[in-house]
Amino acid sequence: MDNNNKIHISNLNVRAGKTAILKNINIDIPKNKITVILGPSGCGKTTLLKCLNRLTDLYPELNVSGEIYINDRNILDAMADIYQLRQHMGLLSQRPYPLPMTIYNNIAYALKLRGVTKRRELHKLVIEYLKKANLYDEVRNRLREPASRLSIGQQQRLCLARGLAVNPEIILADEPTSALDPFSSQFIEETFLRLKKDYTIVLVTHVLRQAKRIADNVVFIYMGEVIEQGDAAEVLDNPKMEKTIQYLGGTFN
Amino acid sequence: MILATYFILAILAIIIYSIFEKGLKSISWEVLTTIPKGGYYYGRGGGILNAILGSMALAFGATVLAFLIGLPVALYINVFLIRKKKLVNFIRFILDLIWGIPSIVYGAFGFTMMIFFGLQTSLLAGTLTVTLFILPIMIRSMDEILRTVPIGLMEATYSLGSNKSETAFKIFTRQSISGIITAILLSFGRAIGDAASVLFTAGYTDNLPNSLLEPVATLPLSIFFQLASPVPEVQNRAYASALVLTLIILIVSLFSRGLGKRYHKTKINF
Repeated sequence: MDNNNKIHISNLNVRAGKTAILKNINIDIPKNKITVILGPSGCGKTTLLKCLNRLTDLYPELNVSGEIYINDRNILDAMADIYQLRQHMGLLSQRPYPLPMTIYNNIAYALKLRGVTKRRELHKLVIEYLKKANLYDEVRNRLREPASRLSIGQQQRLCLARGLAVNPEIILADEPTSALDPFSSQFIEETFLRLKKDYTIVLVTHVLRQAKRIADNVVFIYMGEVIEQGDAAEVLDNPKMEKTIQYLGGTFN
Repeated sequence: MILATYFILAILAIIIYSIFEKGLKSISWEVLTTIPKGGYYYGRGGGILNAILGSMALAFGATVLAFLIGLPVALYINVFLIRKKKLVNFIRFILDLIWGIPSIVYGAFGFTMMIFFGLQTSLLAGTLTVTLFILPIMIRSMDEILRTVPIGLMEATYSLGSNKSETAFKIFTRQSISGIITAILLSFGRAIGDAASVLFTAGYTDNLPNSLLEPVATLPLSIFFQLASPVPEVQNRAYASALVLTLIILIVSLFSRGLGKRYHKTKINF
């Protein structure tokens, strides 16, 4: 396995009953880059992302087979410690799901899971991560308020801060800007660009422009199959496959 | 439709009116703070403190026990068994079924258990029987609330690396706190108002509750026994008991609404 690759997916199949959602997926996701998984709605992008931190376990109807290597360990192995595995990844979902507690405790909860227990250190780190997600200035006087009082854009940044607080190596993002206003979206994108030197980012989106703005590496998926993957410039500017050309050209049907 | 609604409202109003009308006449500070003098069935003096305290002790004990057993069960169904939908549906079906069993059957069951263990009618036996009686109510009403926790919140919690117990006790309970409190108060209301389950198991006495192993008086039975007495003063104590019981249940329901609203604020709405 190439050392520049953080995640290596091989022969991944996901079925729901008799329907195949993902068919024979083989993808390499490089380290410290933004890999964009692109494709129309309902093509299996989100399911693919959920395989990476085994949230698929929550859905009894899904049947996952194949191998996903992260740091040379197969995470689909029944013996894998999924709780530890998930701490290596931060997840940003389509809609923000803050925990039902205060703004402060949303971050502190994540830090405690990682083993931070001293009050002082906790306090310092909470502020540090809120700053990292560019939320601190807006919430500095209301840290003890319920997180549900924040606006949706602020909630999404809180979720990002919380995701970073478990100290992950990988950030998984599932159309994180689809529910946000353009300003908040732009901010999330900028944050990703800034974070990629420390993290491997996997972003799912159906927005072509977003892919063009931030992708280093692109995987194009259609109907549960990988159609094309590789360097962003190559796939987006010079696609080889018929389906990719159609999707990029907007003549898709 | 309109007729039916007003008909029900009218019946309800009559019931409440008659409870208050007769109860208010019979109630006094003395009635609330003393025990019956000369036996609850014939004694003309005294009050219903034995039944008030007895009912409170019994219902409180049963609610605490049912909560301690019920919350883990409801969490287990919703967090740990999420992949076993058929099993969960089966459990819910069974719980609904035993919810529907009349309380006299619980009373009879409690009685046979008491004979088996050589226990006499007592606060302990009554509490345990009422616990069994309110358990399905407690579990299912908490379960209905926990079911509404969105899967996205569950994914968010797991994605941070929480295990199932942390997800259950730290996130699910917090998200559902108002519903859990409502479930507790609902169960308490059922526990304090039921006569049949305590008839054979808690017994009845003139004394204040002083030991787990002694019989204990309860408000529903205070109504039942004292209303049957030929002595008018004793009947009045039954009306007073009915009023006190109604007021307790009223206060409990008002509390459950108020608390529900108060704890709503940290809940995440979707």
